[in-house]
Amino acid sequence: MRQDVIAKTAPAPVTPVLTDYEKACAEFSWAAARERLAGLPHGGLNIGYEAVDRHVAEGRGDRVALRCVRRDGTAESVSYTALARLTNRFAQVLRSLGVDRGDRVFTLLGRCPELFTAVLGTFKNASVLCPLFPAFGPDPVAQRMRLGNARVLVTTEQLYVRKVAPVRDGLPELAHVLIVGEHGRDLPGTLSFDALMATADDDFSVARTDPGDVALLHFTSGTTGAPKGAVHVHEAVVAHHVTAAYALDLHPDDVYWCTADPGWVTGMSYGVIAPLTHGVRVVVDEGDFDARRWYGVLARERVTVWYTAPTALRMMMRATPRQGPYDLPRSFDLSALRFVASVGEPLNPEVVLWGRDVLGLPVHDNWWQTETGCIVIANLAACPIKPGSMGRPLPGMVAAVLARAPDGTVWRSPEGRVRTVDEPGQEGELALRPGWPSMFRGYLHAEDRYAACFADGWYLTGDIVRRDADGYFWFVGRGDDVIKSAGHLISPFEVESALLEHPRVAEAGVIGRPDPTAGAIVKAYVSLRPGVDPDDDLLRDLLAFARRKLGPAVAPREIVFDRNLPHTRSGKVMRRLLRARELGLPEGDTSTLETPEPPAP
Amino acid sequence: MDETEARTAVEEAITRVVPGADLTGLEPDAPFRDALELDSLDFLSFVETLSERTGLRIDEEDYPRLTALRDATEFLVARA
Repeated sequence: MRQDVIAKTAPAPVTPVLTDYEKACAEFSWAAARERLAGLPHGGLNIGYEAVDRHVAEGRGDRVALRCVRRDGTAESVSYTALARLTNRFAQVLRSLGVDRGDRVFTLLGRCPELFTAVLGTFKNASVLCPLFPAFGPDPVAQRMRLGNARVLVTTEQLYVRKVAPVRDGLPELAHVLIVGEHGRDLPGTLSFDALMATADDDFSVARTDPGDVALLHFTSGTTGAPKGAVHVHEAVVAHHVTAAYALDLHPDDVYWCTADPGWVTGMSYGVIAPLTHGVRVVVDEGDFDARRWYGVLARERVTVWYTAPTALRMMMRATPRQGPYDLPRSFDLSALRFVASVGEPLNPEVVLWGRDVLGLPVHDNWWQTETGCIVIANLAACPIKPGSMGRPLPGMVAAVLARAPDGTVWRSPEGRVRTVDEPGQEGELALRPGWPSMFRGYLHAEDRYAACFADGWYLTGDIVRRDADGYFWFVGRGDDVIKSAGHLISPFEVESALLEHPRVAEAGVIGRPDPTAGAIVKAYVSLRPGVDPDDDLLRDLLAFARRKLGPAVAPREIVFDRNLPHTRSGKVMRRLLRARELGLPEGDTSTLETPEPPAP
Repeated sequence: MDETEARTAVEEAITRVVPGADLTGLEPDAPFRDALELDSLDFLSFVETLSERTGLRIDEEDYPRLTALRDATEFLVARA
């Protein structure tokens, strides 16, 4: 285990929110954290109110809420007062369409101001928001909308035509599609977002929501079966708020930029909700990743706190290696920047040190997942960083390492008890004591899968970790077959299912192949139907087929033909064995991977 | 490298990253990254493929010139 430490010797430019870790942990209570939020004027708790209206009510309406940077680099500001009006209007639009409490509103949008309007207006109307990732193809989009009972979709013309129109027939519950921006073409079955907003009333009385009312639905991927819709409630905002203060060190005057896509939980919890509850200025960049562009945004917008992802940092590192030359970053004024954090997949120590040397700031890695709803384990502003470690549990969080059984699952006694691993440096599954406000409250329509996440009073994360003698956690790997690529969880099952729809494919096994930039990329092993010859044309056809269906975020980037896919006795493709082959483990050595079974006859 | 060779190099690099990409309907000045849904990893692969195929060095500051077919073709012709 690597034991380099980056000490925090120089005084921070701003006194960190959390200065004494042990004291903060000892004194923390969720009830006290709840007091930091306003609550609805007549009782109840609503994320939309906390993010927007509260600041207007408390006299901060003139402050800039959003700095929207367009693709061409121009930027415009939206004040908290303006955002309150826009979100009121959107809530009115929903109401006028008959969209009610608990109805599901889906967004399929990039990082644009309308996203904020739709998300926060949905909360104000007590409807449930479910964000989708624009890099999903038509299949993942349709499947999630079906599973989530989408009633409304807010998207753009381009995304609608590409991803929704072809599958709309299979979405009978989808009553309204609102098209943001140009709505030039005749698109049957859609409405113009802009036209509806133009005639809606500015006033709206935020619907009363109680802390336990459902607010958000986030889809995530498991090893098998359909995507899982993790349900989150309005009181999640308590956790969003306090963890942004602790783990991102957000102060009221910060200029904050979260680069995560709003289709993922980070882009929602920390791209939209948490920073706005702090009343900070949120930078929203519509453009795609480009190292030069990003340095430009950091410099021009005077970003102070930056929350990004390992894949993005590694791409920036490729543009400017740690050995130099530093011409590119040095040509921008990054003097406002004071805190950099990263999430999504383990951050390799090299990137932490790259940040220190090239940006002048080490990168603070943290850990959480869709189900936790908020940051759980983090390297903190006031504490030493251990490069490569995800840090320590935030105040209010109880984390443990649980012993595993030989089959890799958490060990349980016949009575169902688990065993914590207390000796430092030992591997086990990361488990958390439920009870924090943004803990997911279920998987939609899948109670059994929800129940399977718990054992003996612990929530099982599926991540294998070690904890060192100082209490820092270190990611070791996933306990299952789920692939983490560019910070996103991808279900091998979803990819295999798409490949199997190709008429020439007999079987497919999908794994993550280690990749220096993305962490892992999706790789598929495919066996063909009898009589079909593997050739380059078919390979290209398969890659294109999968990409059309699944979109660039999920589709395999590499496919190899393999006539002898390893099977379990029950006939399932053994992904663990494919991974062993990929990693170059000795042929036949599967003892550490899975109980070896003879291939099916 | 003449214009035809450059254009071929660009198109081949795109189709290597996005197999099956339909380039026929693509406007010469339209940003293909958007039209063909190249994410940031795809775009990096595209640049690397282009660099390997042509033997040209392509730097970070050249990326804005590689977003549309016409621009990218002209860039290669000028750089070669």
